[in-house]
Amino acid sequence: MNWFDDWALTLAVFLPMVGVAVLALIPRANEDLHKLVALVTSGATLAVGVGILTRFDYSRSRMPQFEVDRGWIDVINSRYHVFVDGISLPLLALSMLITVLCVIYSWNHFPEPHNPKAFLILMLVLETGMNGTFVAEDLILFFVFFELVLLPMYFMIGVWGGENRQYASIKFFLYTLFGSALMILSFLALFFLAPNTAGQNTFDIPELVAAGASIPRSTQILIFAGLFMGFAIKVPMFPFHTWLPDAHTEAPTVGSVILAAVLLKLGTYGFIRIALPILPEAAEAWAPWIGGLAVIGIIYGALGCLAQRDMKRLIAFSSVAHMGYVMLGISTLTDYGVNAAVFGMVAHGLITGMLFFLAGSIHERYHTRELARLGGILKQAPHLGWILGFCAFASLGLPGLAGFWGEFPAILSAYSPAEALDEGLFRIYMVVAAIGTVLAAGYLLWMFQRTAFGLPKEEFSDAHIHDVHGPEWIAWTPLLVLIVVLGIFPNLLFGITDDAVGVVTQAFARVGG
Amino acid sequence: MVLQNIWVIPAITASSFVLILLFGRRLPNKGAEFGLMALTMTFALASIGAAQWVGRPADLEVEPASTIKSAEAHDEEGGDEDHGNKSDKGHAGEGAKEHAGEGAKEHAEEQDEGGHGAEGTVAEAGEGDEDHGGGHEAEPIRRPVDRRWAWFQTGDVKVQAGTHADGLAMAMLFVVSLISLLVHVFSFSYMHGDERFTHYYAALSLFTTGMFVLVTASNTLQALFGWELMGLCSFMLIGHWWDRDGNKNSSAALKAFFTTRTGDVGLLVGISILFFAAGQTFDIETTNRAALTGQIGSGVLLAAAAALLVAVIGKSAQFPLHTWLPDAMAGPTPVSALIHAATMVVAGVYLVARLYGVFWVAFDIGGGGINPVAVVGAVTILIAAALAFVQADIKKVLAYSTVSQLGFMIMALGVGAWTAGIFHLFTHAFFKACLFLGAGSISHSGSHHSFDMVKDMGGLKDKMPWTFRTFLVATAALAGVPPLAGFWSKDEILLGAGKNGYGLFMVVGLIGAFMTAAYMTRCVYLTFFGEPRGAAAHHHPHESPPLIVVPLQVLAVLSVFAGLLNAPFFGELFGKWTSNSTVLGAGIAHHEFSLVAAALSIAVAFGGIATGYAYYWKGFRVGSLRHDRGPTGMLYRLLVRKYYLDDLYEGFIVRGIREPVARAAYWTNQKVIDAVVNGAGIAARGIARFVYEIIDQRGIDAAVNGAGIASSETGGLLRYIQTGRVQQYAALMLGAAGVFALALALL
Repeated sequence: MNWFDDWALTLAVFLPMVGVAVLALIPRANEDLHKLVALVTSGATLAVGVGILTRFDYSRSRMPQFEVDRGWIDVINSRYHVFVDGISLPLLALSMLITVLCVIYSWNHFPEPHNPKAFLILMLVLETGMNGTFVAEDLILFFVFFELVLLPMYFMIGVWGGENRQYASIKFFLYTLFGSALMILSFLALFFLAPNTAGQNTFDIPELVAAGASIPRSTQILIFAGLFMGFAIKVPMFPFHTWLPDAHTEAPTVGSVILAAVLLKLGTYGFIRIALPILPEAAEAWAPWIGGLAVIGIIYGALGCLAQRDMKRLIAFSSVAHMGYVMLGISTLTDYGVNAAVFGMVAHGLITGMLFFLAGSIHERYHTRELARLGGILKQAPHLGWILGFCAFASLGLPGLAGFWGEFPAILSAYSPAEALDEGLFRIYMVVAAIGTVLAAGYLLWMFQRTAFGLPKEEFSDAHIHDVHGPEWIAWTPLLVLIVVLGIFPNLLFGITDDAVGVVTQAFARVGG
Repeated sequence: MVLQNIWVIPAITASSFVLILLFGRRLPNKGAEFGLMALTMTFALASIGAAQWVGRPADLEVEPASTIKSAEAHDEEGGDEDHGNKSDKGHAGEGAKEHAGEGAKEHAEEQDEGGHGAEGTVAEAGEGDEDHGGGHEAEPIRRPVDRRWAWFQTGDVKVQAGTHADGLAMAMLFVVSLISLLVHVFSFSYMHGDERFTHYYAALSLFTTGMFVLVTASNTLQALFGWELMGLCSFMLIGHWWDRDGNKNSSAALKAFFTTRTGDVGLLVGISILFFAAGQTFDIETTNRAALTGQIGSGVLLAAAAALLVAVIGKSAQFPLHTWLPDAMAGPTPVSALIHAATMVVAGVYLVARLYGVFWVAFDIGGGGINPVAVVGAVTILIAAALAFVQADIKKVLAYSTVSQLGFMIMALGVGAWTAGIFHLFTHAFFKACLFLGAGSISHSGSHHSFDMVKDMGGLKDKMPWTFRTFLVATAALAGVPPLAGFWSKDEILLGAGKNGYGLFMVVGLIGAFMTAAYMTRCVYLTFFGEPRGAAAHHHPHESPPLIVVPLQVLAVLSVFAGLLNAPFFGELFGKWTSNSTVLGAGIAHHEFSLVAAALSIAVAFGGIATGYAYYWKGFRVGSLRHDRGPTGMLYRLLVRKYYLDDLYEGFIVRGIREPVARAAYWTNQKVIDAVVNGAGIAARGIARFVYEIIDQRGIDAAVNGAGIASSETGGLLRYIQTGRVQQYAALMLGAAGVFALALALL
């Protein structure tokens, strides 16, 4: 199986592009064939992912695995260097799974102006970008993939989106691009300031991790600023989040799902993979600010949710709050915190992905997402209603479901942050974050009450509302099962990430450890 | 042996939940058979387990951890035995590990823990013993049975899941499974024909699972699982009739979840603090030991205990977060019985009892001063009992009664009467379940689904003889009439408060007991005596069917006899069975039965009943006091408005956050933060135009055209690019990069 080990990641990244090529050749009218090709391609990619999952050596998840390191752009010493370890593996798997489920969900759901061919092409291009970002170990390679996801998402929102799609898509595109510009500058600074042991300038992430600490602290802080802007906008962190509600609200369902489930994680992943390990001193300097913005985001996002009248926009705002927990975990610079962050990323992907699916399906049935007009879904479509309730509880962090393991350990970790950080300050963060859980219960249950409980509003009382149908069941069941399974057996994930997280946090000693 | 395998008990009810959901609808009894079967099994197992626990040899000796200054609280009994073998005991406890050796993949491990009170600080402790009178050399206790499984690891800490079987856990398992079983039986008839009968039974199973998980948990994290699971199920069950009466029922469900969740902030924070304070472990025994032996700094411990107390206040409906409980009456009546008697609300009491080492040291409970736990309990006793007088709804009387009785339990724990507190939990479960189910029986067969005592009841005693008799017995038990269950447990609380230096709290308890007797007398009068009114007069009340009456009878019998378990002339068995290393480690005083205290408590109970009798049966009135004017009128209005707390919470805080605060935040979002973004976009466009003319136009054009050609396949998409915005932003990107490069260069 050496062949597989050498090619697995390359396949995982570029197999979708093969599908794109095939799709491009098929005439536009042949919709069924398009769907089939997209399903087969994303399915095959997922199969590669399953292969990776089975052949991954979990006992040494801190080590690079399935590594490929070949010359790419020799002039700037940029290499095609990819591998997975315990941190990237779950995210890679999540990205593959979500893509397949989105293809399945789309089966009969292509939004206006239809055109499955273009839509599916974009989805597969997205997958390449997402998978690539999670395995890239060279800053230029990372950047290419990181940017590659922008374009398809831009078109997805701009063409298949809601009424205000132009504004939303351009805002999304430009805002993220703005961050990327600063990010690439920081990449260049790292390239010039942190030569590897052989004295060469390098974009190689592991080499930079070894060399980054030699950069003077003040310069580190500045370079970190560029990385921060790039990643924080993507996450998005308060106050750089305003592209998100617009993008989510306008995006087609599948776009929202991918955006929430995977794209947001590119930012948090960037912090864990690049910013923290390469620039430890800067991370310590920035951590209190990141933690502060994170908890502001938790409360602020929740308040934003409470003010919403549109179900989808509410869910979008909840992402700001949830990603706040992830960033809080990261900002503690501890094992607990970063483990919680990775768990939170996966859990948020599953749960919020599900919520966006549900919002899409509800919109499709009622042709509105206005909370005031909905009601009594449990009467008309009981399965749909109960799944919504289940996801609401999962999202508010009920123990026993996946969301809890992203939230509680993040709160826990803030009690005892890394040694260089101010304990008192982080304990305040802890309390604020804990209060955020109450607000989360508030907005999610109010949403659930207003949409699902009671009787249907008069305008829909005679409407025939179809309960959950075939493709929806197929697309949702894996997510629902994972939410429960990860909730009860968190070690399925912690067991993978923990060791690898140790590599990230080894530069930071913990208080009272 | 059941004690090693008590994990089976929650597992059974959890499976029942899943089975009911999967197959319930297709079965003849709509899934109730799974619930009934599961609860019968768990009750049998819990009984066997309890018997095994009682039969376990009491061979574990525990020293009081002497860092606690309990000089004032020592008692007279117990000989001053030799202290020489302290360290031996400590090692014996530590060393008594045996590997069960089963379940290889799960790394199952059974270990008998105990005797850990005797390490670390023992050396410094010697000198204190003389002063303390040394009376804490208590008799040996039974070893708890522990079992652990690897759960997950994060950082260098491996967290284990596990079960902890001891007297407290087994007593709780017994009560919970019994009450839940009776509620299942009762519901079978009561909920017959309900459109969501299957859901109802599924939720009952899950609810019971939550409580089982909580009481068997060996660590705080697992306890949190059970705790929140109950929160979820109470939401489902209180809101069971979410399609009736507009939003009333679902709002009650929301309120319950939301209020307890507010308290849970304290739980999350408290667990986090204790995790680090106890040396990165969630284990409850270890935490108690660390607290008792002074390994945790007093400030940290105080913060943790205060945080946990907030959670207890929320969950156990203590003042000022008690307001959700009366609203929770919106759920089906058997659910109320389950919530009030055995699960959910007693979870808070259980948490304090379980983590008693933390509370004991943090609040210096042994010191006899005023402490928050006792105060919360005492205030709750009075304010809730007062509210019970003005309720017309029989379930609300019982609800406030529960709040008040929970106050007794919390106060008991707050004054150092640990055994009395949990014993009251134990006895209260029987008579309160009996009362709630009785109220259910009345509404089912007597008052045509109404719970309004004033409008729809009266004169039911002859129409529903068994309901009446059982209700009367349970009322007497609650009022503290000897020798019924409530007398013994309440008397112990009052005794403990008095002897431990909490005289004021004993007085509060006596007043509370008086009020309890009086409002329950009122309740009995309005329901069963006088002329039939409303539905009771027009709808031909009759006795309920056997499935409803039999649980009442069982509970009535238990209400009579359960108190004897800890009666002095039966050797105070309950106290011996439940005693654990934390209780002994804290050196909690034990008090002999006192005739004076008993007489006082009997006098108060009969005084309350007599007052109620005089007022209702004999029409006795005091002067010109009226409820519609004067000072008593103001008091009446205050009570009817529930001290205006609901107005404060719902009208002010909740609405305040939902409306002005959330709106303001959102306004800021749209008009400030987003305006900056849009402004930056507009400004950038201006700058971009400028930059655009300077930068080599063809370079960018070439790039854009390249991208355009690549995507031209998708037809209409191209026009977005042709609007020129992408170019502008590419320019913006370069501009931003320039600014940043400049900053770097300047550095």
